[in-house]
This record gives sequence, structure tokens and C-alpha cells, in this order.
Amino acid sequence: MAALKIPEARDLNNEECSCGEECCGGTVEPGTAAPFVETPRFSTGRIETPAGDIPVVPSRLNGRDRRGTFRVRLGLGRGRYAIAPGLYALGAPDRWSPVFVTANYKLSFDRLRKAVPGVNAWILALDTHGINVWCAAGKGAFGTDEVERRIEATGLRNVVSHRTLILPQLGAPGVSAPEVAKRTKFRVLFGPVRAEDLKTFLERGMKAEPEMRRVRFTFKDRLTLIPVELSMIAVSKIFLALAVLWLAAMIAGLDRAGLIGLALAGSIVVGAGLIPALLPWIPGRMFAAKGALLGLIWAAVVCALWGFPPAGAPDAAAFAAALLVLPALSAFLAMNFTGSSTFTSLSGVVAEMKIAVPLMAAAAGLGLVAAGLSVLLRI
Amino acid sequence: MPLAHLKNVSTLTYRPDRCPGCGLCATVCPHAVFEMDGRKARVTDRDRCMECGACARNCAFGAIDVHAGVGCAYAIMWSALRRKPVPQCGE
Repeated sequence: MAALKIPEARDLNNEECSCGEECCGGTVEPGTAAPFVETPRFSTGRIETPAGDIPVVPSRLNGRDRRGTFRVRLGLGRGRYAIAPGLYALGAPDRWSPVFVTANYKLSFDRLRKAVPGVNAWILALDTHGINVWCAAGKGAFGTDEVERRIEATGLRNVVSHRTLILPQLGAPGVSAPEVAKRTKFRVLFGPVRAEDLKTFLERGMKAEPEMRRVRFTFKDRLTLIPVELSMIAVSKIFLALAVLWLAAMIAGLDRAGLIGLALAGSIVVGAGLIPALLPWIPGRMFAAKGALLGLIWAAVVCALWGFPPAGAPDAAAFAAALLVLPALSAFLAMNFTGSSTFTSLSGVVAEMKIAVPLMAAAAGLGLVAAGLSVLLRI
Repeated sequence: MPLAHLKNVSTLTYRPDRCPGCGLCATVCPHAVFEMDGRKARVTDRDRCMECGACARNCAFGAIDVHAGVGCAYAIMWSALRRKPVPQCGE
């Protein structure tokens, strides 16, 4: 087995990380156009400004918008859910209306406009290649340069008479407010983390309560992510290869192929479904440890279904295989959930991987040997 | 049980002597690692830091330094497999 060398955190610079469709929902290639631009069917007209005609968008989402949200929440076509970057008019804004800055990921754009019914404002959608604000800010696509570029490209100075931009707080990893002010004379105000709090923020004179500045990771937030986690696995080459192997085993009439399939599917559900859902309640700090623990419980269930106590040497080898492979698989998937969580750091994940990856590889390797033995002993 | 990852891993460093107290770090931090204590920022709990880099990028006085990055095992694995210094998340 080829050793996977975990790099040092200081050698990693994922400001330029091009998180693919798998994680953040899009592909960042700085300097290129968005991969796909949704026809602005959500626009209800146009408004004349000194910088040209600007598409008008309503705060209320239509059926098409809601179906789009549903689709990307299932993990389908997330990499192609972009709108054209540029300026949009929310309601009927004038020269003194506020300017909200967001990403050109349609889900981000829709959540923003839905959050401020009755507010007339300008929305400046940056070209983040269809990636959400936080992920794009982490890689610099939602960044100081793009803010400057988009202000110039849209002629925003001629559209509004004030010089204030309201950015989502989670854009701050990419946007330097002092730098934007220096370069463009626009003052950057960081709004709340969540679009839902934007209305309150405006009503309180552009002030966010400490609670509105904290990122959360609620049970509901985590449940929302599960379909995406599972669909990412379902389309992966490793999963498809395993599925084909399993089908072949079923057709060949391998002893207990059904139960083996259930065992593997179960540990995928444990790692990518139960871990996200129950995250804070499972003991352990490392995600992989949490996954291994639940995976071990699942492996015990599988052994019970297999028939306890083991009837002979082949069964004992099968038990060893289950108790090693299934926790390793759940631990691996749990570890991959770090990227979807809202609180792990690069240094923290590297530290976890240095401990967890060798252990998982060893367990999986030994488990596969045991599985092979179990089959051989049966013949 | 709160949502917390490993302790004592963050690369965050803060030099209070350079802080004029603008408060922007406390505004942008999504985990309230900074708070204002009179005319100076103060670090509350370094273990909550996720190294997003928002504070350092928005500090115009060079008082904050952090090796910013994304805490994503998937990205780190891809960079290891491709032997590239920059994590790439899949195709």
C-alpha cells in the first residue's frame, strides 16, 4: 500500500485551493469566466441607471428558484449553479439605497434577497465562479481584488451617491476592509454571518449583536449537509467500483454477500450520515475517532447478524474483518466531514490526519487480509 | 458537549503592542476569538480559532498573524496524493 504522506500545515496554502464540485460547489480558476450562467429567469424587469440597464429581482423566490435550491441541497449540479456576476436591483432602489455584496452562487444570491423583503437595495454579485461566500473567501475568489474589479466593471460609482458596501461577515477571510477603502474609497461594513439576520442588522442602524457574528453548526445545519455528503460518495469512483464488485459477488452467489453489502453500506451511513447528525454528542475530539467509535458499534451489530458466537475459523476471520474494516471506513468518512464543518482549522485537521490516517490504513489493510482468509478457509 | 476540535494547534499570533483598538478583528471573527477590552483587542480562547484568516487580513496594523487555510481533510489528501503544495479538491 502506497504510504500517504500528510503534508505539514505550513506547506499548505489553500488560499488557492480549487475546491471542486465535491466540496464547495464549483471550480475556482482565477481569471476565468463562471462555468455556467443561469438564464436570469428570476429577473422581473430592468431599471435604468447612469451605468446602464440593471436587471430587477424580487425578494420573493419563485417555484423555479425553490426547485433549484432543493436540487443543489441534494448535491446535484452544485458546480453549475451560478448567476452572471454584476449589479442587480432588489425592488426599486435609488441613489441612496444600500449596496449588498454577495457571491454569484445562486443559492447565496437567493438567500440574500429572500432575507430582506420590502427592502430596496442594490446587490453586487462578485464573480466567485459559482461558489458560496465563505468557501470563495477562503480561497480569495471572494476577495479584495474582485470587489475592486466588480465596482469598476459595473460602474457602481455612478449608480449610487454614497460610498458604503455591506458585505457578509464570512467574506472577511478574503476581503480586507481597510484595503478596499484605500483602493476604491468605498467603506466596507461587515453585516451578520447569516442572511436571515440582515433585516435586524439594518433596523438597528447597521449593528450586529454578538450572536449574529458567531458561526453556528446546529443540528438542522448538519442534517442539511447529509444528502450532499452521501451524493458525493455515490458518484465517487471508489464507491462505484465497490458497488460493481458487490453485484458480481451477489451474482456469483458468494456466501452472505447480502449481509456484507449491508455491512459496508451501513458504515457509509454511519460515517457520512450519523456522524454529521450526532457530531457534538459523540465522545472524542477527532472526527476520525468519533467515526471509529460508531463504526465499531455498527461492526458489533454486523457480527451479531452474522451469528454470534463464531462457528469456526472462517467465521472468526470474518468477524476480525468486520471489526477492522467497518470502523476504518466510518472513520475515514467522518474525517472527511471536517471540510463541511464550521470550526476545524487547517492545523487541526493536519494534526488529526497524522494520527488517524496511518491507523485507518493499518486497520483497513489487516481487515482485508482477514476477509481474504475468511474466504480461503471456506473453500 | 460543545463543538470543538483539537486543542493547542492554532497558528494564531497576536501582538497587542501594535493594536490601536479599531475592533475590526472582533467584528470579523466568526468564533469570537477576539474581543475588545477597552482600547485593545484581547484573545479570548485560541482553541476556537479555525485559521480562516479574516482577522489578519483585516488588521491594517500588522498585529495579527495566522497561517490561514481550510480545515478540510479531503483537500489535504488531494494535495498529498498529487504531491502538490496546494490542496486541490478533486477534479
